Amino acid sequence: MMKRQNAKVFTILALIVLSILVYLAQNKLDPYQIRILNLGAIYVTLGVSLNLIYGFTGQFSLGHAGFMAIGAYVTALLVLPPYYKEMIFILEPLAWPFTVIHAPFLIALLCSGLMAALAAFLIGLPVLRLKGDYLGIATLGFAEIIRVIANNLPHITNGALGIKGIPEFTNLWWTVGVAVVTIYIIKGLVHSSYGRALMAIRENEIAAEVIGINLTYHKVMSFTISAFFAGVAGGLFACLLTTIDPKAFMFIMTYNILIVLVLGGLGSITGTVIAAFLYNFLLEYLRPIEAGFQIGPIVFPAIPGLRMVTFSVVLLVLIIYKQSGLMGGFEFSWQAFFQFVNKLFTKKKPTEGSTS
Amino acid sequence: MSLSLLLQNIANGLSLGSLYALIAIGYTMVYGILRLINFAHGEIFMLAPYFLYFGFLIFHLPWWVSVVIAIALTSLTGMLTEKIAYRPLRDAPRVSVLISAIGVSFFLQNLAIVVFSGIPKSVHRPKFFTKIFQLGDIRIQSTLFASIGISIIVLSLLIYIVYRTKTGLAMRAISTDIETSRLMGIEVNKAISVTFIIGSALAAVGGILWSQRFPQLFPTMGMIPGLKAFIAAVVGGIGSIPGAMFGGFILGMSEILFVTFFPGSSGYRDAFVFLILILILLFKPDGILGKKVQEKV
Amino acid sequence: MREILNIDNITIKFGGLTAVKNFILKVFPGELIGIIGPNGAGKTTIFNMITGIYKPTVNKIYFQDTDITGMKPDKIAKIGIARTFQNVRLMENLTVIDNVMIGFHLHLQSNLLSAIFKFPGYAREEENIYQKSIELLEKVDLEEYKLEKAGSLPYGQQRKLEIVRALATRPKLLLLDEPAAGMNPQETKELMRFIQEIREDFNLTILLIEHDMRVVMGICERILVLNYGETIAEGNPEEIQHNPEVIKAYLGVEATYA
Repeated sequence: MMKRQNAKVFTILALIVLSILVYLAQNKLDPYQIRILNLGAIYVTLGVSLNLIYGFTGQFSLGHAGFMAIGAYVTALLVLPPYYKEMIFILEPLAWPFTVIHAPFLIALLCSGLMAALAAFLIGLPVLRLKGDYLGIATLGFAEIIRVIANNLPHITNGALGIKGIPEFTNLWWTVGVAVVTIYIIKGLVHSSYGRALMAIRENEIAAEVIGINLTYHKVMSFTISAFFAGVAGGLFACLLTTIDPKAFMFIMTYNILIVLVLGGLGSITGTVIAAFLYNFLLEYLRPIEAGFQIGPIVFPAIPGLRMVTFSVVLLVLIIYKQSGLMGGFEFSWQAFFQFVNKLFTKKKPTEGSTS
Repeated sequence: MSLSLLLQNIANGLSLGSLYALIAIGYTMVYGILRLINFAHGEIFMLAPYFLYFGFLIFHLPWWVSVVIAIALTSLTGMLTEKIAYRPLRDAPRVSVLISAIGVSFFLQNLAIVVFSGIPKSVHRPKFFTKIFQLGDIRIQSTLFASIGISIIVLSLLIYIVYRTKTGLAMRAISTDIETSRLMGIEVNKAISVTFIIGSALAAVGGILWSQRFPQLFPTMGMIPGLKAFIAAVVGGIGSIPGAMFGGFILGMSEILFVTFFPGSSGYRDAFVFLILILILLFKPDGILGKKVQEKV
Repeated sequence: MREILNIDNITIKFGGLTAVKNFILKVFPGELIGIIGPNGAGKTTIFNMITGIYKPTVNKIYFQDTDITGMKPDKIAKIGIARTFQNVRLMENLTVIDNVMIGFHLHLQSNLLSAIFKFPGYAREEENIYQKSIELLEKVDLEEYKLEKAGSLPYGQQRKLEIVRALATRPKLLLLDEPAAGMNPQETKELMRFIQEIREDFNLTILLIEHDMRVVMGICERILVLNYGETIAEGNPEEIQHNPEVIKAYLGVEATYA
């Protein structure tokens, strides 16, 4: 059996390797490729955080787009220099505290997370009593309300025009860094007594309550933490796209995250990570299909929409033939990793005493 | 506000409500049987006016013939989505079917972009829908009456099918218990197909009436009406057909009356709809006409 | 001696139906009481009221002189009442050991932060919970299955696991809802011994719903007979077996296997 100490060493080594990879990617790849990787990493944060409330706690939440929106606007308003904000708010002048406050990116991201978490706390207290699809619809409703509010508060959000010219602070260090921290914290939570309580609620709510688990506390806690990371991801998103408007946070956004989660396998963090990158690679590398291309003498004209048609067909095929997700609930651990490596090198020999 | 203006708004609300009701039926029937939120239903709704547009303007068929063909094609599409994308997942986790529905929604929306192009198209409106009635000092377009009238006829037909025919009985049996229904010799697959055909046909009627009221076609036009009709189904009590009708009218009315009484906050109209939804869910989670289900301990 | 549980003449109605009527029960520390009666007599409903899942329509329930009527189930668990369910309710996709460890969660001292970041205080507590869970599993010979999914165990072992999970919450009063259902005679015999054993070891007071008369007559000191939501008899096994009312309403029909 792996010792915990060893696992720690390997984790640190893996982080060093990851840093080198990020360094190389950030410096050697072209901006387009970097952008896809950035999106992938942001989707990791989004997917893993949705996994906490839905995959592990079993509470069907469709509110992620709303929490992202809160995070995106908070970051945008905090990182934009005051003189610039004055310039872009054409519909109505920006309201007071936002005209003067200005914060570095890290602080802005933390504020994004905290504001999203606060919203989740207030929403979660009443709605987390609901179960199943009803909870999904109610949280979807709240996300849409957040979006409508963003549309109607021109002195804070610049209304439907959105906010443009947000500094492009987001790079791979930030997106991958946030993803790693998110995984570390959510994994830490899931593998603790609190995490067991969350999974107990998912498995059997009545039994969980009868053995002393406070449903409200644990559900709201999970929902709030999940929203915190969605908010941070929203902030990263704003400083990646440099332009945000309420339309960017329609419920389609939540569907995308849900797709990543289900393709990766509910309750599997490893699956979510892989699915997040695959999802974005797939979306981007299908682009040539609709841009028009040439195979030998045959020229295919540009057909807008064809990319998403192909994409949805791939999605349908995947979901119909891979019902339990791409990874089938597999979770990465160093122990499993080394067992696998061992098997690779010893596969010639007949296995002895390995049956359990 | 003058009485006549209020009356005009009530007529307006009723007509919008009747459209929501037509679309909501499809959600509620599918949910009742498969426990599936059919996220693709809004796209089914969008297809009908497009089919009509092509039948009438491109193939130069008479308008009423095009309408019939559009409804038939839309129903066929609805039935096929179930066969291809939902049936193979009947025993899968429910969230997989939900993702499949989202996939179908993406597919139809983008197929519409590919086939019909994303450029908005304007709709032909026969005289029947554009006549203006002058009642005292209010002017009402015949679309309003037409959509209310047609909805009532179609919904009565639906009630007849569901509560007075053998197929309807089969559908109701399946929604109570799909396994037992199968054991009792009901052809489950056939009844489910019929459910999708009926639900899609109603959405088609709704879509065509919608395009008479808001005469512009674009591939994403089904998203918001679809979402609101779904909310109507939940407000009325999801799984209940009378509930969906009732919910549709309530939603249409409250939306219009909200704008009438708070014209300054008309931007919050959609938020108001969602607020109603959330309040209903919190205080009467099974909807206004829904059955209360309690888990046995 | 003060009673540990005092059910003071409660009644519960669902719509027009009265499920339990004027139910009175005083339980003293250390007692092992059986509740019997035909299906639908209201036995499980009484458990549901004691554990906070239902609230009596009329009157109150006291646990160690605290009014627990309408208290939330998790609060009731915290002050020392645990139960099992007629149709076993385990966390089926979690491992056997996790099912036991989860029972300790309500007494966890460490806060969320120290649990996430595995501070030394939490690590010690977790280790302690693990050891105690293993000890509990050893009591019912489930230790070797600790890493199996709970849902994959045979039914009889699932019942034992559910009892062990209840014990993990450190209850003073334990409610067992048909613990012997689905067990063969050998398993039933072991179960009876196990119930006696935990009663001694954990200083438990036990209420037991059971259809198997060997269990009820074998280990209960006092028995209540329910029919149509009302108590029709109360007494020691001897008295119950000879009570004409009971024989007529219940045992008369099923005396063949008593």
